[in-house]
Amino acid sequence: MIISSQKLNPKIFDRDVEEIPIRKGFGEGLLFAGENDENVVGLCADLTESTQMHLFKKKFPDRFVELGVAEQNLASVASGMAAMGKIPFITSYAMFSPGRNWEQIRTTICYNDQPVKIAGSHAGISVGPDGGTHQAIEDLALTRIIPRMVVISPCDAIEAKKATVEAAKTHDPTYIRLAREKTPIITSENTSFQIGKAQILFAPIVGKPDVGIIATGALIHKALSVARELEKEKIAVTVMNLSTIKPLDGKAVLRLALEAGGIVTVEEHQIFGGMGSAIAEFLSENLPTPIEYVGVRDRFGQSGTPEELIEHYGLGEKDITGAVRKIINRRNNKSKHYV
Amino acid sequence: MSLTESKIHELEKKANDIRSDVIKMLIEAGSGHTAGPLGMADIFTYLYFFGLNHDPKNPAWEERDRVVLSNGHICPVLYATMAHAGYFPLSELKTLRKFGSHLQGHPHREWLPALETSSGPLGSGLSQAVGMALANRIDKGRTSKIQFYCLTGDGELDEGQNWEAIQLAGKEKIQNLTAIVDRNNIQIDGFTEDIMPLSPLKEKWQAFGWHVQEIDGHSFTDIDDAIGQAQAVFDKSSVIIAYTIPSKGIPDFERKFEWHGKPPTTPAEQKIALNSLRTLGGKIKSEHQ
Repeated sequence: MIISSQKLNPKIFDRDVEEIPIRKGFGEGLLFAGENDENVVGLCADLTESTQMHLFKKKFPDRFVELGVAEQNLASVASGMAAMGKIPFITSYAMFSPGRNWEQIRTTICYNDQPVKIAGSHAGISVGPDGGTHQAIEDLALTRIIPRMVVISPCDAIEAKKATVEAAKTHDPTYIRLAREKTPIITSENTSFQIGKAQILFAPIVGKPDVGIIATGALIHKALSVARELEKEKIAVTVMNLSTIKPLDGKAVLRLALEAGGIVTVEEHQIFGGMGSAIAEFLSENLPTPIEYVGVRDRFGQSGTPEELIEHYGLGEKDITGAVRKIINRRNNKSKHYV
Repeated sequence: MSLTESKIHELEKKANDIRSDVIKMLIEAGSGHTAGPLGMADIFTYLYFFGLNHDPKNPAWEERDRVVLSNGHICPVLYATMAHAGYFPLSELKTLRKFGSHLQGHPHREWLPALETSSGPLGSGLSQAVGMALANRIDKGRTSKIQFYCLTGDGELDEGQNWEAIQLAGKEKIQNLTAIVDRNNIQIDGFTEDIMPLSPLKEKWQAFGWHVQEIDGHSFTDIDDAIGQAQAVFDKSSVIIAYTIPSKGIPDFERKFEWHGKPPTTPAEQKIALNSLRTLGGKIKSEHQ
């Protein structure tokens, strides 16, 4: 059942659940952060409205820099501004920032230890019709591998707003992953949010879960639907929203792995190097646990509707359900799987 | 500005001491770059002993001028100059490139907080200097007293990111930003004009909206005049293309791209290097043989 203390959107499973693009929450959060702290500045590479930075630009034109289509410069100019005491937010599509400008982010932001906040919009396969060039499904790997970088992948627009406001208060270089398409509102204004804290959103009514699902981003909604369906079959599932991928909330992950004994990870990202890999790295060291990964398996994306692509690349509800069943089967047939 | 004859002599002597220390550091380290640090010694000496508004005893002073070294591989000359200026003890120079040293092989401000930036990967220094100047303009307006300097190599200008930064500074008309290009015509693989021609370099910067000066990078009078002019220009960023001689001060090594990325390693090379610098290229008699 949904954990009531998380104060999630009461309409979460309704057909007419409100849908808002995650990037919109970023735009509102940045405006709020800008009002809170005059050192917050915004930099954009010719995608101001698309990344939702236009709200900030309109309110604070003197604290906004338009750099044109130049993502490498975007990262390093922001580093220079941070060196003078600013809290720069830089936006583009995730494919270009942190995609194209990875080395500038590594050297001039992270190695330099400057508090630049990188908002990568249009991440994931659900970017849709634009096609594979624009679908960043490697960005979590690119960012989480850099020392000092904090990596946040909000599950909805409301969480994205909170993540943006909180990121503006820290000194850490931070990546915030945003998506283009409208996705269901999962949380509410009253849901707590803290960078570095995982949240259990769904748990069995009584007893321990058979499987723990750890999901990040908008796919959390599908994971919750799966958990609700499996509950009817008496398969007990706990669902964790892992919005901060780095630093990893190890305590929470460990607790879930101990309880469930098997984990399914769900992300709109390559399974190599993504959130599931982070979970595997952590658990293999601390509590080796069977894991099934729901993610893109070493392929590029293509044009299509978000739903078509989610299904085609194996990220849909049936894939999550299949992964849960696999974990249960693995447990029942231990010898076959531990060779 | 006002460079007197005696000040020029003092700066020449200081630059020579810095070059000697650069060579000693490189010999001790056993690796590192020779040509660039020696070629830029005069400009570094000018900045840290005359041009800059800074306080080596208080490196975090907010009103200081900023120096961003973009071509981090010439850091031996930055380190030697900073030590001579009093940022840290001269005795640390011999730790260059060693385990645990403040003086990393390429500059890292985590190890040496008095640095403005970390650098090494080429082409990103100017972007950072532009960002610093833009941030300062938000706070202090167009009449800020702080000067922002970015030192770059010429081969480094092959990197496209530089031109992204040059465009932005041109658009923003950042008046207190001065780039100084070490125009020594060499890069690792050979002469710049063979590897990837930069000419017409002056016209390229001008086309992007910058005020351009070309100077003799070993003439303190030229350097001083150019910095003065750069600061007098109010509606543009300035670039000083400083023609320098790679490995300046050691005639046997001068102008040879082979010395871009290696130190003197054989006893004969080391003797030539140190003797040339002790005698100011033969201008004075050596005290030591």
